[in-house]
Amino acid sequence: MSVRVYDLAHARAGDKGNTSNISVICYDAKHWDFLERELTPERVAEAFKHVAKGPVRRYPLRNLKAFNFVIENALGGGVTISLAQDIHGKSLSNVMLAIALPDPEAQK
Amino acid sequence: MKSRDRLRIGAGAGTSDDRMVPALELAERGDIDYLVFECLAERTVSRENLARSKDAELGYSPSLHARLRMVLPTCIAKGIRIVSNMGAANPLGGARAARKEAADLGLGDVPVAVVLGDDVSSIVRHRPELKLIENGEPLESILPKMISANAYLGADVVGEALNTGAPIVLSGRVADPSLFLAPMLHEFGWSYDDLPKIAQGTAAGHLLECTASVTGGCFGWPSKKEVPDLARNGYPFADVKADGSIVIGKTPDTGGRLDVMTCTEQLIYEIHDPTAYITPDCALDITGIVLTQDSADRVRVEGARAQSRTETYKVNVGYADGYIGEGEVSYGGIDAVARAKWAAEIVKERLKLQGFVYDDFRVDLIGMSSLHDQVEIRPEPYEVRLRLAGRTRDRKAAHAIGFEVRAMHMHGPGGAGGACEPRVRDVLAVKSVLLPRNLVNSQVLVEGTL
Repeated sequence: MSVRVYDLAHARAGDKGNTSNISVICYDAKHWDFLERELTPERVAEAFKHVAKGPVRRYPLRNLKAFNFVIENALGGGVTISLAQDIHGKSLSNVMLAIALPDPEAQK
Repeated sequence: MKSRDRLRIGAGAGTSDDRMVPALELAERGDIDYLVFECLAERTVSRENLARSKDAELGYSPSLHARLRMVLPTCIAKGIRIVSNMGAANPLGGARAARKEAADLGLGDVPVAVVLGDDVSSIVRHRPELKLIENGEPLESILPKMISANAYLGADVVGEALNTGAPIVLSGRVADPSLFLAPMLHEFGWSYDDLPKIAQGTAAGHLLECTASVTGGCFGWPSKKEVPDLARNGYPFADVKADGSIVIGKTPDTGGRLDVMTCTEQLIYEIHDPTAYITPDCALDITGIVLTQDSADRVRVEGARAQSRTETYKVNVGYADGYIGEGEVSYGGIDAVARAKWAAEIVKERLKLQGFVYDDFRVDLIGMSSLHDQVEIRPEPYEVRLRLAGRTRDRKAAHAIGFEVRAMHMHGPGGAGGACEPRVRDVLAVKSVLLPRNLVNSQVLVEGTL
């Protein structure tokens, strides 16, 4: 059994130059520890390897039930020169939400 | 300076293309003291510099006319002061345009305070050794192609402009949160040493700077994150007290939602290290912030911290970097994807046969891989739109992409339909440098009679 990030959290992507930042915000604070354990920068980098070279950094924001993922080399060279349709990478939050993780219930 | 213990600052625009009516609703029904229009994206100032080079009176945000025409009668009647970076590459020209709009509306002689000094192109031109933040190379590498160089000014100089008493303040490049912090400095006399207050004000500015992003825009999701009456979503405001307490609210009787979830998404938006979100006013630390629902559509913001502002300004350097050309055509029905892929190969070969070269080139199958790549694992859709795009120094090479894609109607696989006209656009690239504060001479001028 697995659970998607989508099931536990919401997310939004922002852009600065060639870097995307994606928030992951728990609906319920009780899932924060699970996401801290399972939604590692390595796992996120693997999920984004087709759209971003990385590296990926993760900043914990327990006060906001959240994490901030900063993904470098993610926006086709940057908003101003990118050939992508979605130059800002606004849709990249959906790559994050689709990441599958081991089911938290099954682990108990 | 008049002193009050609270004020309400509204967000009237969060980008140059932002919707307009919610700003009027906020002015009419939001009981606000200030209305802030944030209208500059990274490359907007470069684009406006080009407009100014063709006509010396242009170079301010083209949306200035429509926005001011809409809100000025209400704002002047109610004493709501307007703060905006719509001056873009020509704040003085913007001020003259604003005064003309006011006069045409029968509002008489409306003075405009203008913030100058963000344009540092003549300063950085003499400092080719400055290092580009993005790649560590010297500024010299892009100086020959430079179109603009603008420092992100802070709330201090915008506050000085407000001190003149002018009903409208127009600037060029000012950091987004600083536009909102400025009225707080002006009204409450906050000092830059009072970091908890500067932090709270900057956090409030960051929450407001994308308008509807905190009131349910860019948020909703069917059956998962419902947003009531999204079609009529309202713009937000901040209730700020002199002690630094902040509550975010939105225009009464509008759609959308404003709660801890919407505020959390916006709070983290475009932040990298959450302990040091650097603005010209401070390095904001959001790791202690607590958001709580105060009442319906009202969220309290507490616990923002900050370190002192840095000794440098961030400067965006805009430069011309060739052209992007693109073309699109659609395929539907049996083997739609196979025909689209074949067409892409034919177009690429024809471009190569003509000797065109590209610094970057991209093939998208819209409906499968244009957003998140990985075409090999996506299910085949009934119809697909092929898109080819390339960046090049050669305008002809850029145009040829759309030309050859359009030619798929007659010279490609069967059943191509709906090709677009060839598209070519100038690339205005942006890189940045840090410039010591003492090299930047920000100042305030007033157009009109106070």
